[in-house]
Amino acid sequence: MALAGTRSAGQAALALAIALFLGVFLVVPVATVIYVAFTEKGGGALTLVNFADFARTDLFVRSFWNSVYVSAMTVVWASVLALPLAYLTTRFEFRGAMLVQTLGFLPLVMPPFVGAVAMQLLFGRNGSVNLLLDEWFDFKIGFMEGLNGVIFLQAIHYFPFILVNLSAALRNIDRAMEEAAQNLGSHGLRLFRRIAMPLALPGFIAGASLVFVKVFDDVATPLLLNVKEMLAPQAYLRITSIGIDDPMGYVISVVLIGVAVATMWASALVLKGKDYATTQRGGGGLARRKLKPRESALAYAVVILILALVLAPHVGLLLLSFATVWSFSPLPDGYTFAHYARVLGDSSVYIKNTLLYSSLAAGIDVVIGGAIAYLVLRTKLPGRQWLDWAASTALAVPGVVLGIGYLRAFYGVKMPDGTPLAALWIVIVLAIAIRRLPYALRAAYAALQQISVSLEEAAENLGATKARTVRRIVIPLMTGGLLAGFVTSFATAAVELSAVLMLVQSNSDAPLAYGLYVLMQTPAGRGAGAALGVIAVIIVAICMGLAQLAADRSQRARGLDT
Amino acid sequence: MSKAVSIEIAGVNLSYGSTHVLKNVDLSIRPGEFFAFLGPSGCGKTTLLRLIAGFAHAQTGQVLLDGQDVAPLPPWKREVGMVFQSYALWPHMTVAKNVAFGLEERRLPRAEIDRRVANALDLVGLADFADRRPAQLSGGQQQRVAVARTIAIEPKVLLLDEPLSNLDAKMRVSVRRELRALQQRLGLTTIFVTHDQEEANTVCDRIAVMDAGTIRQVGTPMELYENPANLFVASFLGSANILGDGDGIPVPAGKRLVFRPQHATLSSVDGSNLQGRVTHREFLGATVRYGVRVGISEILIEVPFQSGSELRTVGSVVGVALPPERMLYLPA
Repeated sequence: MALAGTRSAGQAALALAIALFLGVFLVVPVATVIYVAFTEKGGGALTLVNFADFARTDLFVRSFWNSVYVSAMTVVWASVLALPLAYLTTRFEFRGAMLVQTLGFLPLVMPPFVGAVAMQLLFGRNGSVNLLLDEWFDFKIGFMEGLNGVIFLQAIHYFPFILVNLSAALRNIDRAMEEAAQNLGSHGLRLFRRIAMPLALPGFIAGASLVFVKVFDDVATPLLLNVKEMLAPQAYLRITSIGIDDPMGYVISVVLIGVAVATMWASALVLKGKDYATTQRGGGGLARRKLKPRESALAYAVVILILALVLAPHVGLLLLSFATVWSFSPLPDGYTFAHYARVLGDSSVYIKNTLLYSSLAAGIDVVIGGAIAYLVLRTKLPGRQWLDWAASTALAVPGVVLGIGYLRAFYGVKMPDGTPLAALWIVIVLAIAIRRLPYALRAAYAALQQISVSLEEAAENLGATKARTVRRIVIPLMTGGLLAGFVTSFATAAVELSAVLMLVQSNSDAPLAYGLYVLMQTPAGRGAGAALGVIAVIIVAICMGLAQLAADRSQRARGLDT
Repeated sequence: MSKAVSIEIAGVNLSYGSTHVLKNVDLSIRPGEFFAFLGPSGCGKTTLLRLIAGFAHAQTGQVLLDGQDVAPLPPWKREVGMVFQSYALWPHMTVAKNVAFGLEERRLPRAEIDRRVANALDLVGLADFADRRPAQLSGGQQQRVAVARTIAIEPKVLLLDEPLSNLDAKMRVSVRRELRALQQRLGLTTIFVTHDQEEANTVCDRIAVMDAGTIRQVGTPMELYENPANLFVASFLGSANILGDGDGIPVPAGKRLVFRPQHATLSSVDGSNLQGRVTHREFLGATVRYGVRVGISEILIEVPFQSGSELRTVGSVVGVALPPERMLYLPA
């Protein structure tokens, strides 16, 4: 009994420590933002007047509808790109399938803002494509005009989220489901529309709602395309131009959170009772059909076109990073290594900061994620589920909102030497860690769920205490999964910008993503910005490879390789 | 109901890569017949069924429905109704919608569709469940919906892929009777795939016993039991004792002696054709089953049990009497 007492005391202490961390660095900043939005400026009285002001200001209302329009249109275009690819790869024998599935990782490797300027140079009014179109056919296409540019860029970046979810759902459909329909006289697109698509709807909705929220919350991409009349950019501009006392930034933040929560709630509502996975027995999707030569040619044309679009930001970025001058011409006038020299020279502080911040943030995530997973899955501690929920709400908090919350909550807290807490670089690390915690948490859950409880019980049966069992059995077996979680968190942290944008006080504390953003603002800095972008892509790509390797190795070590 | 059709399968060979799944399959199924493909798992019976439905493609040979080669027809044009092992009911549609699906695909008028859906659900006794979702039904009810959905399109033939395998043991007996009654009422040519000899014996007119991609014998359940053509059929349907050289009994070269456990009797050692030692004894109620070692083999002998009858003890030496009219000599 005494032993059981100390054991749960230890668990309770751990849970409290995590709760405290989440409370201070997630709940308090977000609550502060919400509180400020509902209080009178200067005074302390609760009021809705700020929201009334918001609704009366044309700029904000216009920005809100612009954001809704851009997010919705991004979902539409992303679906237009993802649907044929998903159908093609899951229902036909198609050599390009592997290629298409690899696209799934691209949005993780490079967020849309990184390639924004490069895309302007390729697809803008005087970009490469339009210059060529004008020369050959005498017309131009407004890919990048105003909101179109944001939609275009976001759609080609985020369609893989829909593709991956939809393909997985299509693959999981019991093949008898579609064979039964064929047997009763249905085929082709009709079969897809009546049977496959409804059954895959949960996967599609999951991907689409994710895309909607991500686009709605994105600050940097519209700003780099010089689109200011969207909601998330307005929140940033309001706080940075008018100051942290102006309530409008907070009101916008609350709206952003509201939209994110409403989107997730709506998608949950739509999906209620539609989780068909459990009602399906056999596995495997319909037997893949061979494409006829003409169909095959068409399929390749579609895939190559989409692939070209997807790779365009990367190619543009690469060109830009080597370009001497690139303007009003399809290709740069000349090539140079000067930008890389500059970036690796005096701008190398950005890279150093990124490596430091990302590894610290990923480390925090893995420790806290692992601890929460253990507490939830392996203990009976009351309230343990709350830790999971709290950590997961970070998904619904846009980066810019978290940044504003940190500024407001921690600017008044002074260090002994008088600098505000919010100005310290470690605050940037904490913000990134909170943002990426849900990912690490999922990885830790997955890793722990694969370990049979009996392995732990065997250790305890042979005389190991709980703490020693965790150290000698659980952690070694979780290593692969945790490592994969670490590297994924690290990689995505390395290109995190929206929270960082609010929190960076001086260039010497700025990570790579911030440096890229600043450099991209001026024509003179573009080359160097692009070089930073290429370096970021390389760092992230290496990490993704390592994560895959770690996951594979731990699978093999546990003999799960089949 | 349209007139029942025949099914001819001629010279079919089918491979997946290097696995030869069906080898020279020839089969002739009569109009209106309830026919079974019986065999152990992996014998190719489901593949043969899927070939008829158009979900598998043979490298050589023909499938003729009513004398017409169906090779050029895709699955959706074959008018061959198939009930899937997993039932494959669409979870996003109600029972009525599931049943209506095939009729809607045929672009029938709404009134006609409603009438035929009601008829089909009536036929399987599920008229009151039209607005339920498949997930709200029991396994047996789901199976009946799957049948209703298939017969609603009035197919030329009905294919049943292990239709009882997802039901519990009690349900199986009643469902197989229902299936038989339904088939008799509709007069539909029906193929029933199963690995369970009891199911095949009780429901079907004729059975094709399959093994390793070949058809080993076709016949009525009784013919197969009484006159198996080979050792596989003899031992797959019921239990069979198989004796050969070295078992203390003369067997022609290249042949084996086959007999059923209930056809041998235990006798005194003197004057018997065969002698052996009792290795085990099992009391089964109506019969007593003895294991007897003869030569290098062990055989089973079932003796009717009457109260007071004298039992042999394990280890005792016994004679085995084999009535010549019950002995089969099958190719080894």
